Amino acid sequence: MDAQTVEKRNWRSRIGQRWDAIAENRRILPVLLVVGFLLSFAIPQFTLINPYYQLIIMYVGINIILATSLNLINGYMGEFSVGHAGFMAVGAYTAALLTMKVFPSNLVGYLFPLTILIAGSAAALVGLVVAIPSFKTRGDYLAIVTLAFNMIVKSVIENIEAIGGPRGIPGIDRLTTMPWVFFWTVLAVWCMRNFIYSNFGRGVLSIREDEIASDLMSVNTRQVKLLAFVISSFFAGVAGGLFAHLLQFISPRVFDILKSTDILIMVYLGGIGSIAGSILGATIFTVLLEALRPLGYYRMILMPLLLIFLMLYRPRGIMGLREFRWFIPSYEQIAIRLWRQKKEVPDASAG
Amino acid sequence: MSASNGVLLTVNELTISYGNIRAVKGISFEVHEGEIVTLIGANGAGKSSTLRAISGLVPYKGEVIYRGQNLHDIPADQIVALGIAQVPEGRGIFGNLTVGENLKLATWQRKDKAEIARDYERVFGIFPRLKERINQLGGTLSGGEQQMLAVARALMSRGRMLLLDEPSMGLAPVLVREIFKVLQEINQSGVTILLVEQNANMALRVAHRGYVLETGLITLSGPGKELLVDQRVKEAYLGG
Repeated sequence: MDAQTVEKRNWRSRIGQRWDAIAENRRILPVLLVVGFLLSFAIPQFTLINPYYQLIIMYVGINIILATSLNLINGYMGEFSVGHAGFMAVGAYTAALLTMKVFPSNLVGYLFPLTILIAGSAAALVGLVVAIPSFKTRGDYLAIVTLAFNMIVKSVIENIEAIGGPRGIPGIDRLTTMPWVFFWTVLAVWCMRNFIYSNFGRGVLSIREDEIASDLMSVNTRQVKLLAFVISSFFAGVAGGLFAHLLQFISPRVFDILKSTDILIMVYLGGIGSIAGSILGATIFTVLLEALRPLGYYRMILMPLLLIFLMLYRPRGIMGLREFRWFIPSYEQIAIRLWRQKKEVPDASAG
Repeated sequence: MSASNGVLLTVNELTISYGNIRAVKGISFEVHEGEIVTLIGANGAGKSSTLRAISGLVPYKGEVIYRGQNLHDIPADQIVALGIAQVPEGRGIFGNLTVGENLKLATWQRKDKAEIARDYERVFGIFPRLKERINQLGGTLSGGEQQMLAVARALMSRGRMLLLDEPSMGLAPVLVREIFKVLQEINQSGVTILLVEQNANMALRVAHRGYVLETGLITLSGPGKELLVDQRVKEAYLGG
C-alpha cells in the first residue's frame, strides 16, 4: 500500500469519525426539530424566503409523507401498491368537504387538525376495505387491485355531482401553513420509524424476506399486512388533506394514476426500505421537477431517463435498505457499533 | 428418551392434492413424545407436502392431531404457537435481516421476556457461532451457518416438536454430520423431531423410527436401524 493510499484512507476515516460523532449525538435531533419548527413559523411571518419557494417547501413536506407511507408497503413489506393517489384523494375530498360544508366557517381554522385527522381516518378505513380482499392472495394481485382502486376512486368522484363531479372543488380555504406541514411531516416520519422498529415492523420486514418462513415463525402475516396497509393509507389521507388546503382546488384529475406514479418514483429514487431514502427521494423529485419547469415538456423526458439510469446503476435507489443513523433506535445502534468494533479487530482465529 | 412415551402427533389418512395431481394419497403415521422420526423417499414422494400440511401451509384432507387437538382449521402462525416449529426447505432465512432479528422474529407471538432470554442462552449454547455473528446479515452466512440459524430459530419459537425439511440439502458431508449431531442433542433435551430427508443413510442412523414414502404412499416402516439394513431400502435409497 503506497503512502498516498494510506493518506487518503486516514483522511477518509477522520471525516468518517467526525461524522459518526455528529450522527451518534442524539441531542442534536431535538435541537434541529425545535429550530425547524420555529423556522416554519418565522419563514412565512417575515417572508424570509419568497412565497414560491415556501410553496415548494410545503410540497416537499407533503411528498415526504406520501413517500414514507408508500415505502412501508412497497419497500419494507415488499408488496407492490400502485394506487396511493387513490387514498390521497379520499383524504383530500374528506378534508375539503369537512371544511367547506360541515364545519362552521368561523371555526375551520381551529378545527383544521381534526379535519386532517378525520381525512386520514377515512383513507385508513378505505385502505382496510381494499386490503381485506386483496391480501387473501399474494404478489401481483395487490398491484392490480390497487390500480383498479385508483381508477374507481377517480370515476366515482367524477360521477358524484354533489362534490363537484369532474369539475372538482374550487375555493378551499388555504389552511395548510408551514408549521402544520412541518408538524404532520415529523409526525408521519416518527410514526413510521417507530412502527418499523417495533415487533410488528419486524414482522413487516420478514414478510418481504420470505412470507412462508415468517408464517412458520409464528408471525400473523395477515394481521401485519392489514395494519401496515391501514397505517400507510392513513398517512396518504393526511397528505391528501394537507394538499387540498394548500392547492385550494382539487379535482379527480389531480389524483389519477400519474400521481401514484410520481409517488412510486419518489420511493424508488430515494431507496426502498429506508425512511431517509423516502425523505431524500421526495425532496429531490419535488425540487427537480420545479427546477426543470423552464424546460417545459422536455422535463417529462428527463425524469424517466433519470429513473432508468438510477435503476441501472443503483437498483435499490439512493439509500436502498440503508438508514440514516438518527432513525435507528439507540439499542440497535449499540449492536451495530459493537459489530463494527469487532470487524476492525483482525480476526486471529480465522483460517 | 425412549420411543415408548405418549403419542404427540397422529396423522390420519392424509391426502394432499395440487389441482388434479394427488401428491399424498392417504398416509397415516404417528410420532411419539421424545422420538426422532424420519420420512425418507425420493423426489416427489410427498415428504415436503406432508410437513407443509402439518404446519398448515397447504390445504389437505384427513386429520392431523397434535396433543389431542385437530389442527385442520388452525392457521399456520397459530400452529407454531402451539409448539410445532418447521424448518422449511431451503431454510427460509431472512437474508436482509441480522441473525439477531431472525431469532427475535421467532418469538413474535411470545410475551414472556424472561423465558425468551433463557431461550436465547440455550440456543447460543447449542450454536455458539450464531452468537458471534448476531449482527451479521442472515444472507451473508455460510450454508451451514444458515442451516444452524434455521434450526435455532425453530427452537426460539418454543417448539416441542421440530419439523425439518431436508436439513442436509446443499451442505458438505462434514457439515451434514455436524447438523445431525446437533439434532440428536436437541432431541435428547426433550424436543421431538420429525425429519424429512433424501439423505436416507444419515436420517435412518439418527432416527428411532422411519417411514418410507413412495409416490404418495407409505410402503415401509420400522425402527431406523432395521430400515437401514432392509434390502429394499438399501436398493432404492442407499445405493445397493
